[in-house]
Amino acid sequence: MTDDDRIFKALADPTRRFLLDQLFKRDGRTLTELESELEMTRFGVMKHLRVLEEAGLVVARRSGREKLHFLNPVPIRLIHDRWINKYTEQQVSALAELKKKLEETA
Amino acid sequence: MTTTTQTKVTTQVYRVYIKATPQAIWDAITKPEWTERYGYGGRGEYDLRPGGKYRGLTSQAMRSTGAPDVGVDGEVIEAIPPRKLVQTFRMVMDEAMASEGFTRVTYEIGENKDGVTKLTVVHDLDGAAKLAVLMAGGMEAEGAGGGWSWILSGLKTLLETGSSLDGQQR
Repeated sequence: MTDDDRIFKALADPTRRFLLDQLFKRDGRTLTELESELEMTRFGVMKHLRVLEEAGLVVARRSGREKLHFLNPVPIRLIHDRWINKYTEQQVSALAELKKKLEETA
Repeated sequence: MTTTTQTKVTTQVYRVYIKATPQAIWDAITKPEWTERYGYGGRGEYDLRPGGKYRGLTSQAMRSTGAPDVGVDGEVIEAIPPRKLVQTFRMVMDEAMASEGFTRVTYEIGENKDGVTKLTVVHDLDGAAKLAVLMAGGMEAEGAGGGWSWILSGLKTLLETGSSLDGQQR
């Protein structure tokens, strides 16, 4: 599996995207904090965090007695710079702008 | 009922894997002829010893729009080439950010495994909410660059391909 495969696989799951969104809102959380946001066993959350760590999307670091989880946006940036930037940024941002305008007036 | 204590964390952590030696990554971070080829494109001047000065100069493009010569200043806390660099970091280009004072940046460069080296950047942004937004890429739409993700993406591209992200051989 390539790095990109691991990233897309990690993102292809709603629970893992939810975990990333939680870290985006407030970074550097413990397993216990993340677990409290989900109807899921501790083991289930750990398993998802491991997939995210293997994809490089989450980096865990010790801080005293605690293990904190940080969102690492670099892999997503690399995909952005390598693929989206390269081919479609102008079109994508024009469409994103259009979507925003339409939704604002709706 | 269990109570979860909320940790207030003001640290940002970034990690990237680069097909390059630890020495090449160290040079790309600490030598001006390398720092001007990615990220904000300014020359980085380091006196690589504890207490030594750091100056991140602005690029020509930034100066042409009225930026001062020095964009970032700071001091080296620890320099262990090619493994670890700890420094203070204060954005002086922007008055509001300058008044937030010094933050702390740590670069950790791992072992080379199968030609790939892990680079981790930890930015402790305690008391620097404005700089935190900039470094997280939150001001990219205003033309202020994409922060650490963008800097590290550019660094990886430069070391792996010899070109800058925009395809220019700078």
